[in-house]
Amino acid sequence: MSRQISDVRLSVHFLADLLFKNITRFFAFLVLLLLAGISVSLFIGSLPAIRQFGFGFIANPAWNPVTEEFGGLVPIFGTIVTSAIALLIAVPVSFGIALFLTEMCPPWLKRPVGTAIELLAGIPSIIYGMWGLFVFAPLFRDYAEPWINSHLGVLPLIGYLFHGPPMGIGMLTAGLILSIMVIPFIASVMRDVFEVVPPLLKESAYGLGATTWEVVRNITLPYTKIGVVGGIMLGLGRALGETMAVTFVIGNAHELHASLLMPGNSIASTLANEFTEAIGELYTSSLIELGLLLFVITFIVLALAKLLLIRLSRLEGKLY
Amino acid sequence: MVSLHTRRHLINFLSQIGAMLTVCFGLFWLGWILLTLLQYGIPGLKLSVFTQMTPPPGSQGGLLNAIAGSFSMVMLSTLIATPIGILAGTYMAEYGQTGWLSPVTRFINDILLSAPSIVIGLFVYEAYVVQVRHFSGVAGSFALGILVIPVVVRTTENMLKLVPNRLREAAAALGTPQWKIVTMITLRASRAGIITGILLAVARISGETAPLLFTSLNNQFWSNNFNRPMANLPVTIFDYAMSPYKDWHSLAWTGALLITFGVLGLNIVARAFFRQNKPGD
Repeated sequence: MSRQISDVRLSVHFLADLLFKNITRFFAFLVLLLLAGISVSLFIGSLPAIRQFGFGFIANPAWNPVTEEFGGLVPIFGTIVTSAIALLIAVPVSFGIALFLTEMCPPWLKRPVGTAIELLAGIPSIIYGMWGLFVFAPLFRDYAEPWINSHLGVLPLIGYLFHGPPMGIGMLTAGLILSIMVIPFIASVMRDVFEVVPPLLKESAYGLGATTWEVVRNITLPYTKIGVVGGIMLGLGRALGETMAVTFVIGNAHELHASLLMPGNSIASTLANEFTEAIGELYTSSLIELGLLLFVITFIVLALAKLLLIRLSRLEGKLY
Repeated sequence: MVSLHTRRHLINFLSQIGAMLTVCFGLFWLGWILLTLLQYGIPGLKLSVFTQMTPPPGSQGGLLNAIAGSFSMVMLSTLIATPIGILAGTYMAEYGQTGWLSPVTRFINDILLSAPSIVIGLFVYEAYVVQVRHFSGVAGSFALGILVIPVVVRTTENMLKLVPNRLREAAAALGTPQWKIVTMITLRASRAGIITGILLAVARISGETAPLLFTSLNNQFWSNNFNRPMANLPVTIFDYAMSPYKDWHSLAWTGALLITFGVLGLNIVARAFFRQNKPGD
């Protein structure tokens, strides 16, 4: 009798096991479907524009809702330029922060400083935008841009990057604010990868009399360079897709300027500004194509970042 | 000519000064932004902000409908996304040692984690709003939910992996079926970490504006119908900040103050909670 009961129980548990495993497997699969769904639906949405403009879309600077001629060059250019400025500032700063947190910081200060830097990532992007537009941009226009104009604008070769009327808003401002926003992401990856360096290696170097800087320069950085690059790519991925902060301060002008002080447009800010007001199939679908391009670019950048970071963690297992 | 020793220590000294300056650089912006929010936000922080609806330009009002709308959309999206995320994370940690699904999902999930939120909004617009032909609170919740899923998947997986295998083996040795091991033992042991992940995800979506622009839109009035455009704090702040009206600006700053300190507070609470209830302790 008791034997039968346990048989029944066993088969119930067997079924429950099977069911539970497959339910969880289904939801894991759902995450994959999500990615496929995003790519497919954006592709379908942008089909009319792809048919109309073909590959020329990427290189066409026109953006004219009246004549229905659309090209993605201006927003793509703006996205890349602002992200490049952001990385130019954010990478050295993040490196400094990671260096401070891993090598110099007294233990009691580690947590408060680390948390404070991470809180920078917690501030909603729209807040950066408001602050940038109402507080930062006027000060930047009155104090920084005249100086940039008269000092950097006269330099040979790169001078033309800094010409133009001081307006406060523009690609340089957008890039600056973006850099503040991506610092916490890059710094946190750099700190994490710096911490995987085996203490034995660092202590050997210190034991030979190396200074902190020499340890970082000759031990930590070579050991973690793949991870550092991965962190930078991660920050780049964030900067490319950042929307609200850029929308406030980039100026939203569909113009191509060499000067960083002039207004421009990024893919994300074009979408945020124009999508709900877009009339007509071609206009909407051109905007969706921009969104698709943004998704593809960030996907590639983030995938590279991820691959590099995975490689670092593999190396870590192999080397020592 | 300075000696080698002096030069090495000079370089070291300079690099340390540089590192400290970069930390100050980061903290400087944090301080400046928070001070700005206090400076412009506090004057408008009255009781009426929490009791009155968003006003037309030129009259007094509050943010009640926006706060309520944001709150309900964040709730709904968390309710939808959390079970999905936890189950997917469970598969990857408990069953994913073999096969291709788990590593591929992990890779894709990490990419979705950093995917531009405006593209998610665009996706929900294409996949849902266009089909039903109107903007709605549900669409907004879907968009926010898609942002929650990767965060929950990742924390669930990481937390489950922290559970020592001893626990699983001990339970299995007693004859416990695997679904019971997972639900009653490992998930329970990593509860604190998963809750932390959910709190962080809520903090992240509370301030998200971009995915709501084309999904829930905004609403000037009290909105409790999830099938209609729904008022929400971030888009209200965006509209009011971009408007030419002074009293709307002041409301936008107050809203910005509320949302930022809410989000940062949630961040700090989540971390503190996690430190106190670390799995394995």
